[in-house]
Amino acid sequence: MSLKKTLLPLVNPLSKDNPVIVQVLGICSALAVTAKMEPAIVMTISVTAVLAFANVIISLLRNTIPNSIRIIVQLVVVAALVVIVDQVLKAYNYEVSKALSVFIGLIITNCILMGRLEAFALNNRPWPSFLDGIGNGLGYGIILIIVSFFRELFGSGTLFGCQVFPQWWYDAGYMNNGMMILPPMALIVVACIIWVHRIKNKDLQE
Amino acid sequence: MNRQSNTYTIIYAMVLVLLVGIGLSVVYQALRPKQEENIANDVKRQILASALIVPSQGETIGELYNQHVKNSFIVNSEGNRLEGNAFDVNVSTEFKKPAAERRLPVFECETSAGMKYVVPVYGAGLWGPIWGYIAFDANGNTIYGAYFAHQGETPGLGAEIESPKFQDQFKNKDIFASDGAFQSIKVVKNGQEPAEGAYVHAISGGTITSQGVAKMLQESLSPYTNFFKQLSQGKEVSK
Repeated sequence: MSLKKTLLPLVNPLSKDNPVIVQVLGICSALAVTAKMEPAIVMTISVTAVLAFANVIISLLRNTIPNSIRIIVQLVVVAALVVIVDQVLKAYNYEVSKALSVFIGLIITNCILMGRLEAFALNNRPWPSFLDGIGNGLGYGIILIIVSFFRELFGSGTLFGCQVFPQWWYDAGYMNNGMMILPPMALIVVACIIWVHRIKNKDLQE
Repeated sequence: MNRQSNTYTIIYAMVLVLLVGIGLSVVYQALRPKQEENIANDVKRQILASALIVPSQGETIGELYNQHVKNSFIVNSEGNRLEGNAFDVNVSTEFKKPAAERRLPVFECETSAGMKYVVPVYGAGLWGPIWGYIAFDANGNTIYGAYFAHQGETPGLGAEIESPKFQDQFKNKDIFASDGAFQSIKVVKNGQEPAEGAYVHAISGGTITSQGVAKMLQESLSPYTNFFKQLSQGKEVSK
């Protein structure tokens, strides 16, 4: 197998097979945690870590899992990993864990996880599964980071909490757009990303 | 071995759950001290914020708290002191009791503007609990600073009770009328004024949360009436 083919599970989800804008999974959390950039990045790291490890664990167990309870086994593995991530955040990054509140717990219900476990990890060896997990986690994260960039910039006038627009802009009448803070704008930004993405990838147009 | 048999499935499930259970309890035990410290520091940060003390770069909350809050105690609604550590009082459970039975924490905070008395407040917003800390001057009447927080109020609307713009309105407001009756702080619509008493302006679009703040202040501060009266008369709180 050539190197390029080995890396396919890692590269594909970044654009061509992106979990958010092509597979349309994980939209819910993409709305919820993208008002600011810092939580979006922490969420990206958390989802990537959970997804990669869950993929590897399920892939290692794939020949032992009884078919009748395979979804439950997947859920137990994902839930355990998510609880660990939540506990680690509470211990080492309390501020961000407060900002993400229930959404870390809700990684369990993120469709990307179950989708990748069912579609990939159950039929593939651990190493490609690991790459697939990292790839999909990052593919999800790219969208989160782009969306949060625009929402924080225009909604709060800051990036990572630092003021971007100079004060004289505000004095001259510029105002932060409160709409950007609200979840519907995340959906609209995601739609704009899909629009641009489809223009670039003609074969994805329906 | 038949992987689809019932026996295999049941044993598989039991072993998996057992392993995961053990793993999670180990993680929880290992991280718990660190988590409890974080929660305590968060409360300390809120108490200091109400007394307008914000840590600058490099200062830890724990040190700053010990520097400023040298004494804290619990009173009851009669104004008498009770046994116990004020920091350990769970305000949300105390709030469910009748006013006469509540244990009311008070934190003495030394600031550059003299001794301030910080008390916790607790109530309900639109979507969930709201809470805060109010710092009073030594006259037991005038608000020195206020800090509010919430669990899940609407961003941009109710969640604005967290903003300095809303909290700064409370500075220098009196909670007792000139005849000594408790009147709390009213929260009224922008541009309106109540007939009497101190007031602040509500958040446009955050009506229910704003009303929640008014109700929270009324219900959380009124049990302190006797304590504040003693404070204003310069009496040492009776032991």
